[in-house]
Amino acid sequence: MFTLLITCFFAAVLAPWVHRRVPKYAGALLALVPAAVFAWLIRQLPMVAHGHSVEQSFQWVEGLGLEFALRLDGLGLLFALLISGIGTLIIFYTQGYFKGHPQQGRFLMYTIAFMASMLGVVLANHLLVLFIFWELTSFTSYLLIGFNHEDEAARSAALQAMLVTVLGGLFLLAGMILMAQATGTWKLSEIVQRGAELQAHPHYLPILILICIGAFTKSAQFPFHFWLPNAMHAPTPASAYLHSSTMVKAGIYLLARLHPALGGTGEWGAILTTIGVATFLIGALMAIGQSVLKRLLAYSTVSALGAMVMLLGIGTSGAIQAMAAFVLAHALYKATLFMVAGGITHETGETSVDRLGGLRKAMPFSFTCAMLAGLSMGGVMPFFGFVAKEVWLHALGDYPLLLLATVAVGATYVLVGITVGWKPFAGQRPDGLHAHAVPISMRIGPLVLGLGSLFLAFFAGWIGHAIVEPAAAAIAAKDLEVHLHLWAGFNKYLLMGIGTVAIGLALYRTRPVLLKTGARLAGFARFGPDAAYRLILSSVLKFAAWQTRLLQTGTLRHYIRYAVLTTTALVAAAFIRAGGFQGLENLSPISTRIALVAVLMIAAAIFTVHSNSRLRSILSMGLVGYGMAMLFTFFGAPDLAMTQLVIETLTVILLALAFSHLPPFRHGSSMRTRGTDLAIAVGGGVVVMLLVLAALDVQTPTAVSDYYLEHSYKYAHGRNVVNVILVDFRALDTLGEITVLTIAALGASALLKLRQGKQEDKS
Amino acid sequence: MTSLILRTATRYMFPPLLVFSVYLLLRGHHYPGGGFVGGLFAGSAFTLYALAFNVESARKLLRFDPRDITAVGLAVALASGIPALFSGYAFMTGTWWKVPIRPGVVIDVGSPLIFDIGVYLVVLGVLLTLVFSLGEEE
Repeated sequence: MFTLLITCFFAAVLAPWVHRRVPKYAGALLALVPAAVFAWLIRQLPMVAHGHSVEQSFQWVEGLGLEFALRLDGLGLLFALLISGIGTLIIFYTQGYFKGHPQQGRFLMYTIAFMASMLGVVLANHLLVLFIFWELTSFTSYLLIGFNHEDEAARSAALQAMLVTVLGGLFLLAGMILMAQATGTWKLSEIVQRGAELQAHPHYLPILILICIGAFTKSAQFPFHFWLPNAMHAPTPASAYLHSSTMVKAGIYLLARLHPALGGTGEWGAILTTIGVATFLIGALMAIGQSVLKRLLAYSTVSALGAMVMLLGIGTSGAIQAMAAFVLAHALYKATLFMVAGGITHETGETSVDRLGGLRKAMPFSFTCAMLAGLSMGGVMPFFGFVAKEVWLHALGDYPLLLLATVAVGATYVLVGITVGWKPFAGQRPDGLHAHAVPISMRIGPLVLGLGSLFLAFFAGWIGHAIVEPAAAAIAAKDLEVHLHLWAGFNKYLLMGIGTVAIGLALYRTRPVLLKTGARLAGFARFGPDAAYRLILSSVLKFAAWQTRLLQTGTLRHYIRYAVLTTTALVAAAFIRAGGFQGLENLSPISTRIALVAVLMIAAAIFTVHSNSRLRSILSMGLVGYGMAMLFTFFGAPDLAMTQLVIETLTVILLALAFSHLPPFRHGSSMRTRGTDLAIAVGGGVVVMLLVLAALDVQTPTAVSDYYLEHSYKYAHGRNVVNVILVDFRALDTLGEITVLTIAALGASALLKLRQGKQEDKS
Repeated sequence: MTSLILRTATRYMFPPLLVFSVYLLLRGHHYPGGGFVGGLFAGSAFTLYALAFNVESARKLLRFDPRDITAVGLAVALASGIPALFSGYAFMTGTWWKVPIRPGVVIDVGSPLIFDIGVYLVVLGVLLTLVFSLGEEE
């Protein structure tokens, strides 16, 4: 499994190169990688279907107890099959969609990198490994949504999706850490066995809420659903892959995975069912008013994701079976519809379903696939969507209200299915709408998945046993038998299904009215979560701008003022907390030579401030520095003294060089500012002096200097302890310092160059 | 700043200053000195030259772009940490070799010395980057 993941990431890195070498067949070649993964997964199918799992792990960071653990069980297999199977078709589809596009290689790279990350999510058996891959999917999704980076709307949608999912990711991380502490293990396979222990833990509710926020943001649950429709700015292959069939199901996967550990309680049921039903209904309601193909599909995806959360929340074995079956059915038909929609837009340049029509002659292939998928989505016999819906209605048998909601939402699915599957192809073609069939590479994907929706229904019993049953067993953490039937007999659920289709057809008839109502209600978006997101984002930016204006004035005096005032305040606060300053004892007497130097320095400092010539100021400041060097020699620090001397000389030279570029010297500040500055300077000086005096009294338990003195020659072969510390004991610090020095020099040199450039522009 | 006295004095002072800077660098391990102050001395020598003549000729004398010197210095300092990895120690652990100079005389050469040479070069490069770009701006 590890090899497979590495291969996928490697393929992602190689993708641009492959595209450069064989631009025409890059998609087909690269699709071999996910195809190989798919084949490997199929080979594991019999073993996993018997309840065994494939495990692999090795130590990653031993010191942190981080283990790179992977595990393939029924649930992981279901998702991994979808990811690699649809991935193969999507990558192949990309070849036609981006035909001749110079950036196709980049797109392929992102897509394959995403696929690898997503496989990592569903195969991970260690919470932190899962989290890393989870964040990687958010990141690759950001790159894919913002693929058309010259489009501002795409950029902002990418940022929105990223901020929402990554913020959720932080909640998730917090939840994972709490969960690992509560159970004492990071391994998922062990956590799911400690459900009882976890549910009795006092942190159970916080863990549940944190994990739910992480999963809900990722899977576009209300009130975080708004990023998904906006994410439709991504190129269609990405929308079909990430934002309908795989990535948005990561949250569902996580909830399903943790169901044995966290599920089955009242809180679990309440949170998941409430949010799930809300999303389920809102997504469907929003879908009705949409006419842009991809947004229509996106809202129906939001609704479908809500349904999955709802079914998980109910948590009976029937609901879990229904959820697993629905994940499969939904991925098949939704990816097909997206690919068809992409094909239509690709060939006609039109995105709104209301301006499309009569394409059945020009695009017969797309028409067939769209009908197959649309009928499956509507839950019509004999498609897999029907099979899934049947199980689903069965599972909701005891919940009349949910049953009612399902019928209502099911009707809108019928509406969406017809609108995308039938509407663009039927009737008269509007004038000026040019269309021709999509290339072969764009036919295979939708055709395979569309026919899949049909064929899987006929093998429903086998699919149920081989794929849905192991997945459902992993979610429920107990053995259960899944029997899917194409024909379950004539009962009330069949009648409900038929009723749903009838209502859907009626809705389609009244679609113009619905669209008008939808347009009238669009104003309410001002109060929606999308608007809230924008408000928060702009507030944060405004706050950032405000505090930057306040603190980063560009005036040197202000920066120094802030630095000195902060230091003074913090040190003074520390003194007050420690109970005031104490102890002026044990001070050695001041010798005459030190007093002389000190007086000289003080005089030079006063002269620096009062001089009315810039050169004199610099020179007298140099004098202060030289006095300091002299003090260093008195106290036996020749290294410091020597460095101080050279530095002081160079500072004077540098200042002299810099000052020759400045305007004439004058005291521009008023008496009042100078008074304030004096107060700040005196305050800073006094506090630092007190600090130095207080430091004399501090007795550290073991002086670190003793260690250095003792070991300097023994281990580091050096007698100059100062130098040995710099280049040996603390060499890494020095390395950091010289790096900072280099960056500062580069920055300064760039700034000076910039000014030169400006002057040249002017002249 | 084109005093004849300064120019003449600089001609005589420049070589000893450079030699002294290397001397400081090498003796640093046992006595006052080291890469930092050595680099500063070497930088001052070139600064003095730039003041006495002009930045252009100082640049010519240096032959390399000071930014390149900085980069090389950083690379040398980084590289000095690598030998320790081969002996299984942590990055930057001091490693010492016995280098025979001539029969009977063997001196200890350690990775800290290489590191110090890197520091020397970085300080020299940074200082001259600043001095040259400020001095050239006229």
